[in-house]
Amino acid sequence: MAKTIEAIVAGVRSGEIDPVALVDQHLKLIEENEPSTNAFITVLADHARQKAGEIASRVAAGDPVGRLAGVPVAVKDNLCLRGAPTTCASRILEHWHPPYDATVLSRLLAEDAIIVGKTNMDEFAMGSSTEHSARGPTHNPRDMTRVPGGSSGGSAAAVAARFAQAALGSDTGGSIRQPAAFCGVVGLKPTYGLVSRYGLVAFASSLDQVGPLAGSVADAALLLEIIAGHDHMDSTSLDAPAPRLAGQAADSAEGLSIGIVRELSDGADPEVKRRLDEAAESLERAGARVESCSIPEVSYALPAYYLLAPAEASSNLARYDGVRYGLRVNAADTPTMNARTRSVGFGAEVKRRIMLGTYALRAGYYDAYYGQAQRVRTLLIRAFDAAYERYDALLSPTAPTTAFRLKERVEDPIAMYLSDVCTIPSNLAGHPAISVPFGTGEAGMPVGVQVMAPALAEAVMVRVATILEQAAP
Amino acid sequence: MIGSAQDPEQAPVSREEVEQVALLCRLEIDDGEARELAAQMSAVLSHAAALLSLDTSGVDPTAHPLPLVNVLRTDEVRESLAQGDVLSQAPDVEAGRFRVPPVRRRQPEEP
Amino acid sequence: MSAYGSERQRRREGGARDYEGFECVVGLEVHCELLTATKLFCGCKNAFGDEPNTNTCPVCLGLPGSLPVLNGHAVELAMRIGLALNCTVQPSIFHRKNYFYPDMPKDYQISQYDIPINTDGYLDLPSGARVGIVRAHIEEDTGKTTHSGGGGRIHDAMYSLVDYNRAGVPLVEIVSEPDIRSGEQAREYVSELRAVLVAVGASDGRMEEGSLRVDANVSVRRPGEPFGTRCEIKNLNSLRSLGRAVDYETRRQVDLLVSGGAVAQETRHWDEQAGHTVVMRSKEEAEDYRYFPEPDLVPLAPDAAWQERISRAMAPLPAGRRRALLDSVGAEGPAMVERVATVVAQDLDGYVMAAVDAGAPGALALSRAANELAAACAEDASLLDALEPGHFASLVAMEARGDLTATQAKAVLAEMLTSGEPPEAIASRKGFEALDPGSLRRAVEEVVAANSAEWERYKEGEAKMAQFFVGQVMKATRQKADGKAVMALLADLLRGSAGAP
Repeated sequence: MAKTIEAIVAGVRSGEIDPVALVDQHLKLIEENEPSTNAFITVLADHARQKAGEIASRVAAGDPVGRLAGVPVAVKDNLCLRGAPTTCASRILEHWHPPYDATVLSRLLAEDAIIVGKTNMDEFAMGSSTEHSARGPTHNPRDMTRVPGGSSGGSAAAVAARFAQAALGSDTGGSIRQPAAFCGVVGLKPTYGLVSRYGLVAFASSLDQVGPLAGSVADAALLLEIIAGHDHMDSTSLDAPAPRLAGQAADSAEGLSIGIVRELSDGADPEVKRRLDEAAESLERAGARVESCSIPEVSYALPAYYLLAPAEASSNLARYDGVRYGLRVNAADTPTMNARTRSVGFGAEVKRRIMLGTYALRAGYYDAYYGQAQRVRTLLIRAFDAAYERYDALLSPTAPTTAFRLKERVEDPIAMYLSDVCTIPSNLAGHPAISVPFGTGEAGMPVGVQVMAPALAEAVMVRVATILEQAAP
Repeated sequence: MIGSAQDPEQAPVSREEVEQVALLCRLEIDDGEARELAAQMSAVLSHAAALLSLDTSGVDPTAHPLPLVNVLRTDEVRESLAQGDVLSQAPDVEAGRFRVPPVRRRQPEEP
Repeated sequence: MSAYGSERQRRREGGARDYEGFECVVGLEVHCELLTATKLFCGCKNAFGDEPNTNTCPVCLGLPGSLPVLNGHAVELAMRIGLALNCTVQPSIFHRKNYFYPDMPKDYQISQYDIPINTDGYLDLPSGARVGIVRAHIEEDTGKTTHSGGGGRIHDAMYSLVDYNRAGVPLVEIVSEPDIRSGEQAREYVSELRAVLVAVGASDGRMEEGSLRVDANVSVRRPGEPFGTRCEIKNLNSLRSLGRAVDYETRRQVDLLVSGGAVAQETRHWDEQAGHTVVMRSKEEAEDYRYFPEPDLVPLAPDAAWQERISRAMAPLPAGRRRALLDSVGAEGPAMVERVATVVAQDLDGYVMAAVDAGAPGALALSRAANELAAACAEDASLLDALEPGHFASLVAMEARGDLTATQAKAVLAEMLTSGEPPEAIASRKGFEALDPGSLRRAVEEVVAANSAEWERYKEGEAKMAQFFVGQVMKATRQKADGKAVMALLADLLRGSAGAP
């Protein structure tokens, strides 16, 4: 059984674990297995060793160290970190060095985490397989012929391959939970507004949240505690204290009422449904009341998402115009330079979404597309509110399938989009959700079970997730 | 600005629309890409047909899942970036400024 | 001279311009840079004239991952503007206006669109007209582009250079109803609006630095008919440009219509040197801005208490000050109204009020302020720094009592502005003690006796000889005599000699 973050930090503080040796151990694994995995865009070996050395000397000097002292962490390459390139897996940002740190990374560093690298992703977080990366696809450590999911595929793979103890990803429509499910790790998307977005390169601002991927629910919960909390640099940051999640007792589900969302389960592969049923039984055994429930509105989530997210993205990605930073492809005038730069700099999926989003926002079409999607979002939130009057948490598969093979869906956007069908509703509602590994499917690939909860009910969600984790086959 | 489209179900995305949209979002696309994009965008929109025809009259739009209002900053000066750091990432610079080609199109779009 | 002064003058000279039965219809969009310490969405300095790209940060450069946080003081200034313009101040949201331009770091502008903070107000002009205000909304400014090569003109530039110091500076855009009917009235509106913006502390009012920027929507029609097709005129950097551009554009459109043509909806650029407008872009080229609610910001919901607090703390507005000043000096008539307007526009009403409070005659105080002080102000506003309201009051009182003649009073006032001394000290140093009535009469009699030939002509009814005698008496008394008193004495002597046998 792998060590938890808590155990590592205790070991570092007591001197039993040498942070330099711990980092070297991870860097060695990276050196051996990264070429075939391609989980990273940038490995920060020197930075990691230096930081580990600093922590070791502080421990030796008897100085206090943080709650993540010596813990090797990987972060998605859409989080700004000074001193390293932030590329978002795009040619257009190939050599961009941000002059500032994302708030979540400042918080990790303030707790003495060691950032070992920036992970691969679908370009600008648009994708569900990490195949849409300018740096080539990431492979699933559980089966190198399969995708790790996406868009935080690099972060999920880095945790699964033990390149890092934990990782940060971002989740706009399932980009933390779906790759966590595909790689057999835990992935948590927090309540919208709980974690600062400052320094997270935006994809769809009203949906994006940063969250942890880890080997255990406890590690994910601890990481969330550290990155959560109000940030005055983000207007959409909730002015609420970070939730207390770590060290919760979760031996019983007594008194909990849990609904299994039929609309998100019925379409799943039999191997996934079987595991979901087992997960439900294990919760019942732990004392919860579990029943099937219907929320018809979730069927509208996927199409609503594919109008809203591209629309926001088309605006968020306008700034990559070749004027101030990043790639420029020269031309005789600025409009042509802009267009040429963007055409060379963006990959096919990003262009597809920019086009779709621009289409949906045009004068005369806004209300029918974007406006309608926003009203459907309201209907979805109301439906969730009604469901949460009866249930403390909702259960579904994280994805309808286990990890598919590389290249299987990359040419079929709709098929690719469908792999986010279970995760998107929580993004639209702004609610928290977590994916917990629960056994494997027929080909031995991991199955993830998703626990959803109402806004700011991370504690209940983590409690249910912990019970599932303990019961997992 | 805010108006209703033609019946979106009946209107697959045309090549002309794709080209017009590409101009708006500053993407250069060739004929093949335009054809492919028209098909793919039509497919996504047809997938959304049920949503687009849903009766949502009287439903307020959700721009945001948060109930926050009046998030304000005090009017206090914070340190800016050094000019060198600002310009160091730029593709082209002159006299402390970002240099770009002429801002107007040199000639009208090729047909 | 105030803008509406010349308007009034022009009316006296023959009324509105002749547009062959057409009238011009103007609506103005005024962009006001707010007087905040920092930008709208970040803590960078809001300053004019600094080294390029030194007041910039990840937020106002639109760097990936950066997010806007709204400046509370900018919101407060916007609310002051709304209240001063009699608007409804309402809950509002921000939108993104999407279009590509290199001076816009994010390639969208954060602005307010269909739910702005201020709506439905009006501004009353000194001439009596009321101009409706459609809205006054908050938005961010763009950076500044300099065009190089080709003589600095945008069409011929070889390349352009961009400075983002101005990017993100807070603006309030004030959109008027199409209630304005002439170039002069457009000037009057902007002049009065500027005074209001300065009075509420929202603007420094410097058009030449771009603190206030005006776009004009101009159309023409026959009175009572529906509005004609309008053109938007850009690049109006001064009141003079505004007035000339509106007049030019009206003439151009009328000429088009009269010759059987039609006005095309387009955006036109005012060329101040050439004195004409040229087309910038046609309606077909108009952008599709793809507005949608800004997801990085939350709604603004100013509650009643917040509005009330701002309302209470607001300085009096120019219209109210003009009314108060008129009441206080008890003045009437167009000339007085004009003087009051000048005094308030130059922020000199405090001096007049102080003089009136000290018991000096209001009309005289108003006259000295509207003429001498306003002239000094126009030359160098800092001259007023040395002048204490109490000193000004004393001066007016001295003149009113006859201790100083008008000429002397003006001389003393000029010196007060440079030295800051009280008027009594300056008058005494200059030897400006007033003549007692007895010595003045003696001086007049001596001058009359010494110029008997001229006196005969005056007696024969040659009225202009009076000026000769006043001049002589002034000379003899070293300017101490009061011209009016001399005239009275001359008339008295004339009556006396006529009555003699």
